[in-house]
Amino acid sequence: MPTVKEIFETMEYSPAPESDNATQAWLDEHNRKFELFIDNQWQAPEEKYLEVSAPATGKKLADVADASAADVDKAVKAARKAFKTWSKTSGHQRARYLYAIARNIQKHARLFSVLESLDNGKPIRESRDLDIPLVARHFYYHAGWAQLMESEMSGYQPVGVVGQVIPWNFPLLMLAWKIAPALAMGNTVVIKPAPYTPLTAILFAQILQESGLPAGVVNVITGGDEAGASLTAHPDIDKVAFTGSTHVGGIIRQAIAGSGKKLSLELGGKSPFVVFEDADLDGAIEGIVDAIWFNQGQVCCAGSRLLVQENIAETFLENLRQRMSKLRVGDSLDKSIDIGAVVDPVQYQTIDKWVKAGINEGASIFQPDIPMPQDGCFYPPTLITEVSPSSIVVQEEIFGPVLVAMTFRTPAEAIELANNTRYGLAASIWSENINTALEVAHKVKAGSVWVNSTNLFDAASGFGGYRESGFGREGGKEGLYEYVRPSWQKRAQPKLDVETLDVKEWSAHVPPAPIAISNANGGFAPLDRTTKLYIGGKQARPDGNYSRPILSADGKEIGQVGDGNRKDIRNAVEAAHKARGWADRTPHNRAQILYYIAENLAIRADEFAQRLIDMTGCKKAEAAAEVQQSVERLFTYAAWSDKYGGTVQETTLRGIVIGYHDYLGVVGVACPDEAPLLAFVSLVAPAIARGNTVIAIPSEKYPLSATDFYQILETSDLPAGVVNIVTGKRDHLTKTLVEHDDVDAMWYFGSAEGSYFVEYLAAHNMKRTWVSYGEQRDWSNSEQGAGHEFLHHSVQVKNIWVPTGVT
Amino acid sequence: MSTHTRNTGIPLDLGWVNDTHVNPSATQRRAETLKTRRSVKKDWQAAWLLRAITCIDLTTLAGDDTPGNVRRLAAKARQPVRQDILEALGVGDMNLTTGAVCVYHERVADALEVLEGTNIPVAAVSTGFPAGLSPFKQRIQEIKESVALGAKEIDIVITREHVLRGDWEALYNEVCEMRAACGEAHMKSILATGELGPLWNVAKASKVCMMAGSDFIKTSTGKESVNATLEFGLIMTRTIREYLAMTKFKVGFKPAGGIRSAKDAITWQVLMKEELGDEWLHNDLFRYGASSLLTDIERQLSHHVTGRYAAKHHMPMG
Repeated sequence: MPTVKEIFETMEYSPAPESDNATQAWLDEHNRKFELFIDNQWQAPEEKYLEVSAPATGKKLADVADASAADVDKAVKAARKAFKTWSKTSGHQRARYLYAIARNIQKHARLFSVLESLDNGKPIRESRDLDIPLVARHFYYHAGWAQLMESEMSGYQPVGVVGQVIPWNFPLLMLAWKIAPALAMGNTVVIKPAPYTPLTAILFAQILQESGLPAGVVNVITGGDEAGASLTAHPDIDKVAFTGSTHVGGIIRQAIAGSGKKLSLELGGKSPFVVFEDADLDGAIEGIVDAIWFNQGQVCCAGSRLLVQENIAETFLENLRQRMSKLRVGDSLDKSIDIGAVVDPVQYQTIDKWVKAGINEGASIFQPDIPMPQDGCFYPPTLITEVSPSSIVVQEEIFGPVLVAMTFRTPAEAIELANNTRYGLAASIWSENINTALEVAHKVKAGSVWVNSTNLFDAASGFGGYRESGFGREGGKEGLYEYVRPSWQKRAQPKLDVETLDVKEWSAHVPPAPIAISNANGGFAPLDRTTKLYIGGKQARPDGNYSRPILSADGKEIGQVGDGNRKDIRNAVEAAHKARGWADRTPHNRAQILYYIAENLAIRADEFAQRLIDMTGCKKAEAAAEVQQSVERLFTYAAWSDKYGGTVQETTLRGIVIGYHDYLGVVGVACPDEAPLLAFVSLVAPAIARGNTVIAIPSEKYPLSATDFYQILETSDLPAGVVNIVTGKRDHLTKTLVEHDDVDAMWYFGSAEGSYFVEYLAAHNMKRTWVSYGEQRDWSNSEQGAGHEFLHHSVQVKNIWVPTGVT
Repeated sequence: MSTHTRNTGIPLDLGWVNDTHVNPSATQRRAETLKTRRSVKKDWQAAWLLRAITCIDLTTLAGDDTPGNVRRLAAKARQPVRQDILEALGVGDMNLTTGAVCVYHERVADALEVLEGTNIPVAAVSTGFPAGLSPFKQRIQEIKESVALGAKEIDIVITREHVLRGDWEALYNEVCEMRAACGEAHMKSILATGELGPLWNVAKASKVCMMAGSDFIKTSTGKESVNATLEFGLIMTRTIREYLAMTKFKVGFKPAGGIRSAKDAITWQVLMKEELGDEWLHNDLFRYGASSLLTDIERQLSHHVTGRYAAKHHMPMG
């Protein structure tokens, strides 16, 4: 130990350990062994326990139950039983429980934060100042939504029993993000914490007991991957919420495909951190510290890809290296550190593997010469330069304290590089020029965009990704929709034997041959009407040059349509991308065009009604009503074109947070056979109203209303490529669409099997899906055919954080 | 103690002044977490506080200052901590003093009298302190008289008008003349940051004052409604760092006003250590402008030694 006099000369820092007395006492009180929390009781697992240790020291902390499938089943049963009463519990009553939970978390804040840091290895400063306060805030905020659900979420009901699987990087915070909205919206929960970090979830269960939450409303089952798989696969789960890697997210997407379970996924990222020449460079460097050295870089939205303007890069990177040499790495309970331990030796190996891969590719590695702890699982802060978008370390999520840096020349190039990734979770933009900052914020593909800031979170702002970073939001009003379903809708429970479904065999298709004209009467040959496909604003002959006969209700051929194939879909997707300027049209302009479409349809109402009668054999009045409703629906979405832009989020930031309803991009829409005109209009109109471009596959059986419709589109000033219509065998075309990596969303209204395949195949690029599971809806009913659900599926929320202040 | 070449100033570089990009909210976030990222405890805390004492410009700047209270203050500067406490800390022999005593011109002689035989300099606030709006010739004359009287350090105030109107040349010329008037005496330029408007003006004013040859840049007179905030500290220390990179001159920093607790003192030290490095923990490059701070530090040291919380009246008055 140095003397005071010596320290007076050296002026060094010392270790400043936070005491873990209370936490160790809590562990001891429970003999360092924890059971499963099911139905408000601590129940021993059927089979075994798993060991939990502290990454900073490697010391064992406790044994926790490793739930088996039978344990999971018990927990789901308890949640199902509790759902009956909890879903009927008043919003106010639920608000009181959530409020109590928030209060109790605050009361035990230090115990939570020390336990979290011990278990996870994160610095006590972070668990104390960020994780735990955000947890409490999340419960307070959602107490409010429970209170307001009846009025503000009218038209929606709880989903049911929710299965939640959470990661190890923010153990309690991710738990809060999952549980608070679920309970607020009247669901019951079975949650599985990560096997590395289950302890705060266990303490949380005790808080629930302290808060008097009814039995079975929340069940905490600790365990490994198998427990997670049993939970998501359990047939009596109505929704799965998962945060973790894109790889595992894909497995879950496929595992529950076609089951009718709702799904939200919050997955990986490789988020850009963009620094312009006119940025506050010192501020940006501190931003980088918070972006990539926060939580040892084990943050899904970590700003791990630095893009810095070429003309300032050299100085900026030099300053960054100097800043790195001031970082302190050490024990997670030391109050004087910036970086703690990574969660497990396995994670250390993964990080190291990527860094070595970077070195092998010729990248330049900088690690500051700073003291590193001798024991424990510590990775030094690392900066990788001399890399390009083709480098593996630039493409892959490293999930550690490793930053890669590249340069750009212009704002346009910065945007292009920022978006040159399969992910889209977050972005951080640094510029003192409001034009640059907001333009890039607008154009970057990311669910959270932080202007002159980074890694800001608040319960009032939904967090979640674009692209392969997942779908669904956690926080904000937007997050509530993950935990509700429309009041009219029962959960679809398709009876599928997925073992018998082979994705390779799905919708194999042989083009049809001509059929004899059964109504030949020796007079004039009928005037041939073979409609073409509608791609890029042009009528296009199908690539395969095959046609499909379309029959009337009584079996007579009433026309032929093109039999589209893979190449037609490819062409349509390309046309839809060329038309992406549609999103930059003013909302007013999009509305005008939708009104114009409605106007032109109204003029030809009789003809469209007759077509419906010819195809479906419906009564004249029904046909007229369907056309009339289609006109109305066009009006509905013309109206919504300029009234669904988003909200200003009331977060804790000094500044403005804009919850912006961004378009999805290119949307595939496979239409149902029922209401062939109305369903087509009801699906295409909201999509284009919100700036998407569409490839529509009309009803396979009754496609002529849709092909007639392109004459309407042609006369209504709709830009070429905004709506593309490809007729043919629906599932055959759907398969190509859903497998297309450049399609952002797929809506499918068809069979249960088809729904399974769509969800299964969508896992490949994590495109958003909306499927019917073989259920029909009443398109003429305004709730079912034009509810808020349609708008919700037409947008993705981007939260743009814009701090303000001049002093 | 480190030694360094005194800043001679450089020709006014307006390009550098205009190339100022400060984001206030990012600065605020850094300021907030500075307080929470480092913790200095036990013997380290005691040592850091002793170091802090050596950096205090023990100050009285009141209209009712008389020879009596200034002499008392100067005596406290010579003997800032009770000897028994110092002995207990094992530093009884280190001849601990504050960095300087800071007074108005009229009280310089009183302070000098008490400090005779020590190395403690007397600093005089000058140039029409605190507003800096007396006739310019008079302001220059004021510096010269204080220096002639024996003040080794001169704390000048800048004309805020020049900053608010963006007249950097006028500011530069003014500070250059003041620096010339100081001669061998070290000059601390008070920016009165609380009166400069947006945070980026603080950066620009800091740059101009350094280019004009300031030995120190100082936040406040203590008379503005907003004094030494950590945000000001961050902006000013960062410009000191830039200036160092450009010129190799090390400019000192003095936060003043509102620094009252031992905890504040350590937070400022953390800021200096993190943003500029260990050299800026020494009193040739770092000063606190403070009056009541010393007593709080003394109480903390007493607590460290005895384990009991200390009473103010047990600490000899300054």
